[in-house]
Amino acid sequence: MSRQQTHRLAMIVITLVAAIAVIPIVFVIGYVVWNGISAISWAFLTEAPRTGMTEGGIMPAIVGTVILIFGTAIVSMPLSIATAVYLAEYAHDNRLTRYIRLAIVNLAGIPSIVYGLFGLGAFVLFMGFGTSIVAGSLTLGIMTMPVVISTAEEAILGVPQQFRTVSLSLGATRWQTIRYQVLPHALPGILTGLILGLGRAAGETAPILFTVAAFYLPELPGSVFDQTMALPYHLYVIATQVPGMPLSIQYGTALVLLLIVLSLTLTATIVRTQMRRRREW
Amino acid sequence: MAVAKESPPARTRADETHSVNWGEAIIETLIKAAGISTIFIIALIFFFLLREGIPAFLDIPLRQLFGPRWYPIEGIYGLLPLLVGSLMVTVGAVVIALPLGIITAIYLGEIAPLWLREILKPIIEILAGIPSIVLGFLGWVVLAPLVQNLGAPTGLTAFTGSLILAYMSLPTIISISEDALYAVPKEYRDGALAIGATQWQTIWRVVVPAARSGMVIAIMLGIGRAIGETMAVMMVTGNASNIPPLSPGMFFQPVRTMTATIAAEMGEVAQGTLHYNTLFAIGIVLFVISFAINSVAGRLVGVKGTRRERHGAQL
Amino acid sequence: MADPIIAVHNLFFTYADGVEALRNVSLDILPNELFVLFGPSRSGKTTLLRLFNRLSDLIEGTRVQGDVLIDGRNVFAPDVNVYSLRRRITMVFAIPTPLPGSIYENLTYGLKMAGIRDRSELAGRVERSLKQAALWDEVKDRLESSAFALSGGQKQRLCMARSLALEPEVILLDNPTSGLDPLSTATVEESLYDLKQRYTIVMVPHSVQQAARVADRAAFMLDGELVEIGPAGRLFVNPQNKRTEDYITGRFG
Repeated sequence: MSRQQTHRLAMIVITLVAAIAVIPIVFVIGYVVWNGISAISWAFLTEAPRTGMTEGGIMPAIVGTVILIFGTAIVSMPLSIATAVYLAEYAHDNRLTRYIRLAIVNLAGIPSIVYGLFGLGAFVLFMGFGTSIVAGSLTLGIMTMPVVISTAEEAILGVPQQFRTVSLSLGATRWQTIRYQVLPHALPGILTGLILGLGRAAGETAPILFTVAAFYLPELPGSVFDQTMALPYHLYVIATQVPGMPLSIQYGTALVLLLIVLSLTLTATIVRTQMRRRREW
Repeated sequence: MAVAKESPPARTRADETHSVNWGEAIIETLIKAAGISTIFIIALIFFFLLREGIPAFLDIPLRQLFGPRWYPIEGIYGLLPLLVGSLMVTVGAVVIALPLGIITAIYLGEIAPLWLREILKPIIEILAGIPSIVLGFLGWVVLAPLVQNLGAPTGLTAFTGSLILAYMSLPTIISISEDALYAVPKEYRDGALAIGATQWQTIWRVVVPAARSGMVIAIMLGIGRAIGETMAVMMVTGNASNIPPLSPGMFFQPVRTMTATIAAEMGEVAQGTLHYNTLFAIGIVLFVISFAINSVAGRLVGVKGTRRERHGAQL
Repeated sequence: MADPIIAVHNLFFTYADGVEALRNVSLDILPNELFVLFGPSRSGKTTLLRLFNRLSDLIEGTRVQGDVLIDGRNVFAPDVNVYSLRRRITMVFAIPTPLPGSIYENLTYGLKMAGIRDRSELAGRVERSLKQAALWDEVKDRLESSAFALSGGQKQRLCMARSLALEPEVILLDNPTSGLDPLSTATVEESLYDLKQRYTIVMVPHSVQQAARVADRAAFMLDGELVEIGPAGRLFVNPQNKRTEDYITGRFG
């Protein structure tokens, strides 16, 4: 085969392979939408399940997922931002900093089920919170820390150095500079990372299996020490453990979860592009 | 003060009381404490895993613990089938995802027109955002029956798991490979084209080899993600906790991964029993594996552009 | 002669990598004079300037030997409040550096950080400092507008006004006209004559010519050393040291 022919063949193969990679993604989303949309109705979104989950809606699961999203945000935000501020503004180039970064990389790589075990051992049992929103939020919150820390640090480093220098030269203290010049201008980037992390946390099943999720609760949770239902776990259960479960409800549940997660990701992207456009500097 | 002018307000003159400095010191201490919190948290995670998992290592003779049978009902806790299951699914996933991902990265970086790239990249990012349970669900209702039609006894096999995992790892592999390809200097390509190489030859013989180290990192991170995945594999691999016999069709047998075992069995286990401890022991194994992979990959990547020069002298 | 407002005794300054930026520098700066530090690049002028308000603290791993005294007190003494020091000794940088926000916010930033919140006080300082920087008439009707919308010369005068709002004693000017067109440069230089009445000014000039135009006294620095110091009238016309003469006449630079 001539060189030109090899080239052309290679181009075709490469394009085909890329198509194999990309088309299923579109298919996945389209398929879920196509099959799930029939189940989506106002009742579906606002009613509780009945008749052993085979009828009714998924409202408690939706509420539970939203609660966990907030809980995750509350847990991960302060600690992650503080860590990012430390790394960006205070840390020296020494061994301790290397260990901190190693710890963050590892936190990011720990399997989600191991986080579930950790949550079980530490929060459900040791701290005595039982399977509860608190335990679940703490677990999910810690799991979300690495991504928030990374994006927050990047956002903070993105604030031009001259703002700091000018601020200090006008007599501001280090913390005043961080609080009034650095953090406000890093905030959009920080928010982007947070929302991305929340999107991931909302879709996670394994960490909530032993820490907060319940199959069926007659009422919505009344306090943070209660269990709650949640969409990922709900989908898992109705897909694998409920006989006679209408497919449309399964797809509908998957679709709702997908929509929540993707809209969070989309929001994060919008925040990021808006922030780039509105910058004064 | 030697300067003659109207006397200014006292506030900015004399050295202030250090009330500002008090609050400042507290906040700085909090920030520094937060700085080391991640080290503390990782240690904490490992501690709690050990706390609940060590009894398994102590009470079960190692020969059995790493033996070939996992029958908790009979009190037999051999991790080997689970390790094999995770290994098979992971290897299968990497074998599928690696070429798929690298070639797609080549397409995106070197061949695709700009407008197409702008469409495809968000699509791939969306894949990264799809919850694993949704992919597992689709694998369960769509993929598994398909695989069964291909002739496997059931559609819930290691192969099905590998396929889903491969797609889940794709965004990571594509993105890192893309970065690696992008980092190859333009001069390499221009030089090859100038001496008459076709674009394909340029890519295959010049660009890809130069990006090799980046792709190694992609492999490692892809493996890391695949080993740690729980829900998707749990739903499609069949959860048969025995080692498939070594044969050409072994990937079309059901298997069970370490992650799925923990997820599936923890709900039925009483706290403090040996079964419970062993599940935590599996968690320890997973933790150690991911720690090893991440430490190696982390060292390869180095400090990724997060070091800032602290030169106050240049504004 | 009055007591010096800034006194430097046998100052050595070394970077973390061992490079000596200042070698045995000693000089006095008198109140209400316009003192110029000039010399080729890398001579240590900016480094010295930043020691006066301890912005040198921002660089890690440096070593200081010798004394820098402001009003007789060592700036490196442990009980010195470096923040109020920086309000007494303010700095304007080579590139105009407004902070994001309005003109008003830029001017009041340092004051708010110092704890001054009274609105009328702030407004008064804003007006006074803008007038001293010869910017009041141009911006008085748009104090709430963005500082980034100003021209280069206006931005730099804003930065000067920002420093003046703190009502300092000494103003450090690090090449303040480097990015400015000739007209803006002239405006800035003119305002210096008035500012001298109220403040002491230490300046690193853009060129020898600028130094000769504005200085009362000047010091020539080369490779971290103070080569010659004296009244401008004598120094630029009749330098004692050959190296000074060579630099002034352009034999090197």
